[in-house]
Amino acid sequence: MKFTLSWLKDHLETEASLDEIADALTDLGLEVEGIEDPARTLGAFTICRVIEAVKHPNADKLKLCRVEAWPDGPDKPSQEVQVVCGAPNARTGLIGVFAAPGTHVPGTGVDLKPGVIRGVESNGMLCSERELMISDDHDGIIDLPQDAPLGARYIDYAGLNDPVIEIAVTPNRPDALGVRGIARDLAARGLGRLRPAPTQPVPGAFPSPIGVSIDPEAREGCPHFVGRVIRGVRNGPSPQWLQRRLRAIGLRPISALVDVTNYLTFDRARPLHVFDAAKVRGDLRVHLATGVERLTALDEKEYQLPPGALTISDEAGPESIGGIMGGAATGCDENTVDVFLESAWWRPSDIAATGRKLRINSDARYRFERGVDPAFTREGLELATRMILDLCGGEASEVVEAGAPRIERRSYRLDPARCVSLVGMDVPEAEQRRILSDLGFEIRDEDGAIMVSPPSWRPDVLGEADLVEEVARVASLSRLPARPLPRPEPGVPAPRLTPMQKRAARTRRSLAAQGFHECVTYSFISERDARLFGGGGDEMRLQNPISSEMSHMRPSLLPGLLAAAARNQARGFADLALFELGPVFDGPEPGQERLVAAAVLTGAAAPRHWAVPRRPVDAWDARAAAEAALAAAGAPVDRLTTLPTAPAWFHPGRSATLALGPKNPLAVFGELHPRVVEAMGLKGRAMGMSVDLQAIPFPKARGTARPPLQASDLQAVERDFAFVVAADVPAEQLLRAARGADKALIESASVFDVFDGPRAAEALGEGRKSIALTVRLQPRERTLTDEEIEAVSARIVAAVRKATGGELRA
Amino acid sequence: MQGLDELRDRHLAAIEAARSEEELEAARLAALGKKGEVSLRMRELGRMTPEERKLAGPALNALKETLTEALAARKAALAEAALAARLEAERQDMTLPARPARAGTVHPVSQVTEEIVAIFSDLGFAVAEGPQIETDWHNFDALNIPPDHPARQEHDTFFMHRAEGDERPPHVLRTHTSPVQIRAMLDQGAPIRVIAPGRVYRCDYDQTHTPMFHQVEGLAIDRDISMAHLKWVLEEFCRAFFETPSIELRFRASHFPFTEPSAEVDIRCSWRDGQLKLGEGDDWMEILGSGMVHPKVLEAAGIDPAQWQGFAFGIGIDRLAMLKYGIPDLRAFFDADLRWLRHYGFGALDVPTLHAGLSG
Repeated sequence: MKFTLSWLKDHLETEASLDEIADALTDLGLEVEGIEDPARTLGAFTICRVIEAVKHPNADKLKLCRVEAWPDGPDKPSQEVQVVCGAPNARTGLIGVFAAPGTHVPGTGVDLKPGVIRGVESNGMLCSERELMISDDHDGIIDLPQDAPLGARYIDYAGLNDPVIEIAVTPNRPDALGVRGIARDLAARGLGRLRPAPTQPVPGAFPSPIGVSIDPEAREGCPHFVGRVIRGVRNGPSPQWLQRRLRAIGLRPISALVDVTNYLTFDRARPLHVFDAAKVRGDLRVHLATGVERLTALDEKEYQLPPGALTISDEAGPESIGGIMGGAATGCDENTVDVFLESAWWRPSDIAATGRKLRINSDARYRFERGVDPAFTREGLELATRMILDLCGGEASEVVEAGAPRIERRSYRLDPARCVSLVGMDVPEAEQRRILSDLGFEIRDEDGAIMVSPPSWRPDVLGEADLVEEVARVASLSRLPARPLPRPEPGVPAPRLTPMQKRAARTRRSLAAQGFHECVTYSFISERDARLFGGGGDEMRLQNPISSEMSHMRPSLLPGLLAAAARNQARGFADLALFELGPVFDGPEPGQERLVAAAVLTGAAAPRHWAVPRRPVDAWDARAAAEAALAAAGAPVDRLTTLPTAPAWFHPGRSATLALGPKNPLAVFGELHPRVVEAMGLKGRAMGMSVDLQAIPFPKARGTARPPLQASDLQAVERDFAFVVAADVPAEQLLRAARGADKALIESASVFDVFDGPRAAEALGEGRKSIALTVRLQPRERTLTDEEIEAVSARIVAAVRKATGGELRA
Repeated sequence: MQGLDELRDRHLAAIEAARSEEELEAARLAALGKKGEVSLRMRELGRMTPEERKLAGPALNALKETLTEALAARKAALAEAALAARLEAERQDMTLPARPARAGTVHPVSQVTEEIVAIFSDLGFAVAEGPQIETDWHNFDALNIPPDHPARQEHDTFFMHRAEGDERPPHVLRTHTSPVQIRAMLDQGAPIRVIAPGRVYRCDYDQTHTPMFHQVEGLAIDRDISMAHLKWVLEEFCRAFFETPSIELRFRASHFPFTEPSAEVDIRCSWRDGQLKLGEGDDWMEILGSGMVHPKVLEAAGIDPAQWQGFAFGIGIDRLAMLKYGIPDLRAFFDADLRWLRHYGFGALDVPTLHAGLSG
């Protein structure tokens, strides 16, 4: 909402400065978004006289002007300045507007400098309106009447010295979409007095030849419609003061009739509409659109009115989209002689719905959908009639009226102590009453209670809390004291995080400690990427995505991370370790999301280094990350089994699932499928892992004490075994068998060598490989004898043979 | 005994001349070995008269001892030299860099979220969570934003697709963390103190907006919580978070459908040479929205507004991170540029705590 300072002062009698007004507005909740002060931008432009203009000696189209200017003001002596000017109207004796060197010219955006033009010095500029950015006129320089005060500031002479204030109006304050409503707030704040503005009804000289009616089913949406004909108007341009105000707030003056309606839209938050009465066939009727009506509106666009839209029609058909925009067919132009002026009240929900469907954003819609004062419909008509008669002449008919204003009388009890108990501000009762009364609220004392009725222009006030808000707002929240909020329990604060929240934090820091960089990527990805990872269904689609790259809720964190890796590869970073911890979406209903930690790796495991051979990342790097994340999340990593299956976006032979038993998968890891890698725009191989944080069971609650340490002083024994097995026997099977051979004695077993591939086939036979295990035996009671060690070894060999068919390598 | 001095001098010289273990052993054998000169001389003692033996015995023994000591000393010296030579031979260029250890980072949004949680935990706030695909009711209606409220348009809401025939209003991507208020109150009732950090979504993308960002919601409901408590909590939070004791806040009337009264909160700051400083200067910068929870919101969440009241606030986490750590561009938060992650990310061990100072 924009307005000028002088416009505000039409309604507010005040001595306050612009800064004081701006501060008060912001503090009242009418946040100032900007102030354009012409004195700041145009204050340096002064009125001058061209003593003589002659042709430039070296250019046909330029003139050499001797200009009399008053650099120190009109009261000080003038100076003669030489200016080269290209305007066709530059002439001897012209009274114009001068800018001295050093002045910033808003229209060109440059600071003037003394210059030499075609060999002649030029020390300033004679300005056009466009150079001052007060209009688009650049046909010539400003040409003022002979009586214009020489040496005076141009903005003062031209009435342009009127700061423009722009405020943000929250949706609850439709009254502040009119200058008068803003003035009322400022008056209540104590910044001046609201000037009385009584409306004088204009008596009708004749019955209105156009009647109005509201169809019964349209009365909910349009309970009240008034209008009248004004005949014999001259619809020329509106007067300068009106044009200036409209231009100042960014509106284009059109004609006196239209400008009046626009003016009252901003002055009183009262949109009106004018029909050219000569183009209206018969009477006007408010009804609900059936869905077939079409209308070309004043914006020259044709609209199909949605069923139920409030419509104004005459005998020829629809002529106006009620409360939103008038029709082009009955619009006023310079030939309009008789005009029908409309003032109606439209229900906000109807206007919002129709406006949204038609995508029309008009000043009228903006106000009606927030709520226009229903008590001002008739007054608005009278005000507009008066202005039209003043500006365009003519004669007004009697008012025709359909329906009646729908004004809800409502009142709420105000407990003056509520201001302290709710807001914490102590505002005396008398002050509370004064504030509410200044804002137009009616206050009655009933049986010892204070009953307050909001004014008709405040549809937002619906309870005691709103009354307290008004009091606190006007009294100023800047006075709000700070009062300590006691802790809920005395003493040391109790832990607050849930086990899942702690798990997430630990997993995140564990992955960062493993060398991964945490990313936060968008929760929505392209349909194509979602499909690559098992998602992309229609139910996961956004109705209104910001782009096709962000259209579907992600089924996995991997596509976002792979895309991030591809972007980094394109920037020249090949060795990447990225992770994310965030939600993935399994379904379109609230709660069908899971918290997941995922990581990707590309390039080499470490940067090139003089002492470390460069090794490309492989699936076991992804496994290590998965296990680190699982461990940090509290999963029993040593009890997990490796299932040989993984989702289709992984390399089928280089991926697996880590599960707690066959039915409880916790994580997947491996090399990404080459087709997926290529589709994601990545070069080389990519590894990935994903841990389902919510699938991991929480350990049973136990005390803080650990079980006692069982450390034996007896010498441990390590024995190595090399087994020859079928090439498809998983190592985990050997390990499991070996570990199970003597649970009491075997402390650990691990793989220390694998010999497979063609050379193994050559040495061991087709389809064979060798896996070497080292087993650590830890006696607990006495040192092992050689016989005992041999016995355990035999059991290990037997167990492996039984489980895998493997034999000790000869 | 004749020639003992000559014998000693010759053998001592041979020992001294030994340049290796082998040469030293040869010198030892020549003197003290079975057929060594000194051993042979000692064997002659048996053939001597007792008088002669009395003289020659101690002399020979002394000679043997002298040579034995010389051998030991020479052996030690040779070992010392050998070690010195080995050490010299093993010299390496210690200016070469160590084997690399990968160091990852924690994203600023996660770090700042943990900082926020640390502060509010201390003030008695638990952490609540809610879904990101949200019902229209939780995101709007329950928060006193009915279907045709103009505020709905201002939310730039993302809607989920609705299948043909499903007449429910479409689900939305939550436009703020406020629906978590509703869920937390429905779950726990009053009194309650929670914060709810998380992702939120708005259909908006330009220089300063991204379609996804992060908010933290705060909610405190009790019998007598007022807006003055809100101001204290926010001031305490800002002082702790920005680690600047001089932080000053200004409350300004505003409007949110779910709070009443509502206030926007500005923080005192200065802009000098493009540098922002908080807690000083004459400028004010808006940092959050807040207010007293609207009675209708309490009702929607099953809490009796005649018995309970309290405050709520919402702050942009990304913005807090930008302000505190001088991060210029919001869009870069979600771009995963490795250079950005390394530069603005935090170490795995930088866990923010109140006792150690949030930023360490």
